[in-house]
Amino acid sequence: MPKITLIEFNGTNHTIDADVGKSLMLNAIDNGVPGIDADCGGACACGTCHVFLNEDWLEAAGVANSLEDAMLCMRPDREEVSRLSCQIEITESMDGMTVRMPEYQM
Amino acid sequence: MSQSAAQPDPLSAALQDIDFSDPRMFQRNNWHGYFARLRDESPVHYQAESPFGPFWSVTRFADIVAVDSNFEDFSSEPTIVIGDLDDDMPLEQFIAMDPPKHDVQRKAVQSAVAPQNLAQMEALIRSRVADILDQLPVGETFDWVEKVSINLTTQMLATLFDFPFEERSKLTYWSDMATAAPEVSGGDADPEERQAALLDCLATFTRLWHERKGTERSSLDLISLLQKDPNTEDIVDKPMEYLGNLILLIVGGNDTTRNSATGGVLALNQNPGEYDKLRADQSLIPSMVSEIIRWQTPLAHMRRRATRDLELNGQQIKEGDKVVMWYMSGNRDERSIDNPNDFIIDRNNPRHHIAFGFGIHRCMGNRLAEMQLRILWEEIMQRFSHVEVIEEPRRVLSNFVNGYEELKVRVHPI
Repeated sequence: MPKITLIEFNGTNHTIDADVGKSLMLNAIDNGVPGIDADCGGACACGTCHVFLNEDWLEAAGVANSLEDAMLCMRPDREEVSRLSCQIEITESMDGMTVRMPEYQM
Repeated sequence: MSQSAAQPDPLSAALQDIDFSDPRMFQRNNWHGYFARLRDESPVHYQAESPFGPFWSVTRFADIVAVDSNFEDFSSEPTIVIGDLDDDMPLEQFIAMDPPKHDVQRKAVQSAVAPQNLAQMEALIRSRVADILDQLPVGETFDWVEKVSINLTTQMLATLFDFPFEERSKLTYWSDMATAAPEVSGGDADPEERQAALLDCLATFTRLWHERKGTERSSLDLISLLQKDPNTEDIVDKPMEYLGNLILLIVGGNDTTRNSATGGVLALNQNPGEYDKLRADQSLIPSMVSEIIRWQTPLAHMRRRATRDLELNGQQIKEGDKVVMWYMSGNRDERSIDNPNDFIIDRNNPRHHIAFGFGIHRCMGNRLAEMQLRILWEEIMQRFSHVEVIEEPRRVLSNFVNGYEELKVRVHPI
């Protein structure tokens, strides 16, 4: 199981053993990591599972499609490394990945 | 099809004989049975004739999410309510625009309601809520809609626009006029009065724009935000676009929170066991707020137009067809929500509801709405053991605003 570290805005780290094949969002929720709301349940339709990737892991996580890009567009705090965690499927190669969480979800 | 006819029986009538745009369903609160039948028998349903022309009804949660998040196949232009615009007042607003123009205009005002701004406003909102509740006439029967819900949301709107506080009731009046046009939502506003109200709104905000131009204001003021953003700095020169977006922000902050602030009182009175749960554990308030918003679903629908021929849940939709997503039906869909007709303040996953919409047009002020309702209930519970409903509410005649004209209550201090 790949180990993934999610960092809250206040700096608190949560390292989880992630299930391969499940989204980063579901892994975070299932492990009780705070800071991810995921109101739509993973349909890429609410923008409340926003995370910032470490640049080293951008390639492994793939590219946002046009719908995800449109949802991210509405975030005032969007960065180059922004992704919706419901759209990132965990693979073995993501062992050691770190992601930051935003100050707020909206 | 005329809406003056008697309503058909929801259980036995043929589906093609039911007018799903009839605003009396909402005024009489008897829409549940009609829309349950659509969800079961014809979840993507074509109605060939209505006062608003032919339209599709989409009633299941999953289908609504599919339409709402597909902005390429389902356009929000030219308007997002079932009725088409009248020609005299062609309002332009970003909720009724597609990308890329939508994104530009929304971004200009989005940061006003971002949570870090809201945190700064919490103390002000709390003090205003406290004032409103402290002035309620204990021992008398009074209208909760007027004294609390309207008062609260109007004060909030005046704060967001930095609108002259003593004239703030105008904001509510303009909002009501904007949404109550018969051709827009089946409401009963007089067309001439409505037009005069909207022009007064435009004139007032144009004056505020020029007074404010070049002065330093707080970042929470929506007019100043529009002035500061290069994409909207000249919006005052496009009156229908300026007015359209003002109306959007006013209506967005008005009907929705107002009717949820009333709906919560009604829901708790209809479900005394849930009221007991709340009295025993006030940490349930945030979860209850989401449940109130789901249960009330203050905006009943949003409308789209198909941009190409396509299939949705087995139905062939043609380019140009009007597609109405009935949010209040999606929020009662047992396929997506457990026991959807029950009001449960400690529900699992209470944020999983469709009242804010999904996709790029998802409610921009959702966190502000939740914060206002949370503070309202925190302050109510500090003061009153029971906000007691005295008689059945009077509801709004509209197929768009699912809300209340009047709710008579008495408050019982702790």
